[in-house]
Amino acid sequence: MFSLSRKDLAALAVFAAVVLTMPIWLAPFGAAYPGLMQKFAIYAIFAIGFNILFGLTGYLSFGHAAFLGVGSYTTVWSFKLLSMDIGPAMLFAIIVSGVFALLIGYFSLRRTGIYFSILTLAFAQMSYSLAYSVLTPITNGETGLLLARDDPRHLDALFGAQATAAGLPQPTLFGMSVTGYTGFYLCAVILIIAFYLSQKIFASPFGMALRGIKSNQTRMNYTGFNTRPYMLAAFVISGMFAGLAGALLSITDPLAGAERMKWTESGNVVLMTILGGVGTLFGPVIGAWLIKYFENIFSAINTNMLNGLFSFLPDGVQTFVVTVLSKFVGEGWHLTLGLMFVLIVVFLPGGLVEGFHRLMVRLKRQKATPDGVTSVQPAE
Amino acid sequence: MNVFLAQLLNGLDKGGAYALIALGLTLVFGTLGVVNFAHGALFMLGCFCAVTFRYLITLETVTIDPEKLSPWGSPVEVRTPLVQNWFGDFGAVLVDYSVPISILLAIPAMLIIGIAMERGLIKHFYKRSHAEQILVTFGLAIVLQEIVRSFFGANPVPQPIPSDLRGAADIGVWFGMAAHTLTYPWWRLIYLLFSAVVIGGVFAFLQFTTFGMVVRAGMADRETVGLMGIDIDRRFTIVFGLAAVVAGVAGVMYTPLLAPNYHLGMDFLVLSFVVVVVGGMGSLPGAVAAGFLLGILQSFASMTEVKSLIPGIDQVIIYLVAVVILLVRPRGLMGRRGIMEN
Repeated sequence: MFSLSRKDLAALAVFAAVVLTMPIWLAPFGAAYPGLMQKFAIYAIFAIGFNILFGLTGYLSFGHAAFLGVGSYTTVWSFKLLSMDIGPAMLFAIIVSGVFALLIGYFSLRRTGIYFSILTLAFAQMSYSLAYSVLTPITNGETGLLLARDDPRHLDALFGAQATAAGLPQPTLFGMSVTGYTGFYLCAVILIIAFYLSQKIFASPFGMALRGIKSNQTRMNYTGFNTRPYMLAAFVISGMFAGLAGALLSITDPLAGAERMKWTESGNVVLMTILGGVGTLFGPVIGAWLIKYFENIFSAINTNMLNGLFSFLPDGVQTFVVTVLSKFVGEGWHLTLGLMFVLIVVFLPGGLVEGFHRLMVRLKRQKATPDGVTSVQPAE
Repeated sequence: MNVFLAQLLNGLDKGGAYALIALGLTLVFGTLGVVNFAHGALFMLGCFCAVTFRYLITLETVTIDPEKLSPWGSPVEVRTPLVQNWFGDFGAVLVDYSVPISILLAIPAMLIIGIAMERGLIKHFYKRSHAEQILVTFGLAIVLQEIVRSFFGANPVPQPIPSDLRGAADIGVWFGMAAHTLTYPWWRLIYLLFSAVVIGGVFAFLQFTTFGMVVRAGMADRETVGLMGIDIDRRFTIVFGLAAVVAGVAGVMYTPLLAPNYHLGMDFLVLSFVVVVVGGMGSLPGAVAAGFLLGILQSFASMTEVKSLIPGIDQVIIYLVAVVILLVRPRGLMGRRGIMEN
């Protein structure tokens, strides 16, 4: 049941190695600190989950951030009411976001194509507006849900654990604190498990059915195949992944705010998946890493750094180059993101993974040509 | 009764904006078959046409008047807009009426932007899936809004209403009610009329001109029109430009009601898509009707009586209507049978 094909096993091994050695190979890029690497892992989980829906079935959901938000809120509530241990928190986050996805998916999946996108968008926007306004007793509105020292924490109280003397309680894993590198390795291990799950889903008959739905749903229906439960299952699974990612966000930084449910956040995960490569195993992960990396690095660059970088140029040219480039960094990094996005969709619809494949094919062909016919000249 | 009427009117001007945006969106979808997520950005660009025009027209000279002194003893700086120097009183009127006048700037600007957008990017996406169209236009919307932000900053830039048109009209009197029972701000009334005129203009253009006839024929059956030797692509490009102009002028006139900021487009986009879907994909009258309908519904939902009955309804009414319509009647209020029905 847990076995993988040899190829997948190799991929999993490579992936695990890459994720676990992140602190080493990210160091030269200036990104090897736990806070950022946690984000890498968490958003990769989010994108992997999104890809199970969008990549396999072709249904473009524009409301996935809602599940992220629900996961976050549930986690913080679990910290407040039950225990500071992250086990129950993650479990509840997955369950609640799964139920939430079941509800939204049940209705949204009655429609396909752009109607599906708009339905999911509408549901997510509803959750977002409600979280801001009426549901304030649950979500604490604009302030966001925070931990407090005098939260009940019934489970902890049951086992006689006492809050530490000073400050807010921290999330723990069996009494072990999950800050810094521990936090990163926790997220990394969960990311590897998530990747493994997505491999299993991709290789399973269930995954095949989903691909069948993507290529031709009518044909699937005519062959006597009820597609609804499959679609719903895919939607719920991908919602659960998003909930898990939301839970991890709240575990590494115990607060939850409504802005996590905003539709720009949903747009972000779409972007990550597209950038990396829709429907591929590695694509979403690569996309998530690249976007989070650029967000962090580009938004930190300022004019002084640019001036330093281009100081070798003559004065006038330097000013010009710096003025132009400064529009793309710092505050303006979203511009870079948007441009990147447009270029990818226009020139490389399959994302970076497809680009890599094309490159490999071209290289192979070049290698092969010297032996065979070098170039074929058409007869004039 | 008066409360009812007042809310109805309040909803109408917002509905006018929704209707104008949705009209353009539907026009583009009906002709080119493209789902344009950058349409809200066009509305936002229209708003910033007004901002740019006002910025240009209020470029001013600063002279120091040694005769007059400010309360703390320093000479007063006298600021006069250049146009006022050049044209005297007419210049002052220009400054005062900058918002409506900037329509003259917005029309050619939006036409060029629209046509450039269609020729440069969107024409490559006719044959691709809706998902890819959504993605590329979404990316384009981000680019446009970030460009605007890099020029105008992240803060909203409020635009003034011309001084003659401030204040409210006592509409009740017109209908034989007592004075001050039903008042309505002049500018909102003007916006309502303006949107009605623009909508009427677009419909007349499509209905009564040869160009419009060809476009309508193209919407119905693109291939046949092409086979008749008509260059339908060129007309559709112009239609895209027209849609951009409609969104742009809707934005220009909306600036005094809502100070424009760079992410305004995104905020309106979600709403206007809901409007289009409620009206029925590809149906122009549907888009207009749904725009006004949703504007009115939204305004009724924000009444305190309604809010106390169903808390939070004002926040979600639009989405709720969209969900119900999509689930119960996916072709919308006026969509044609068989077009985008599932």
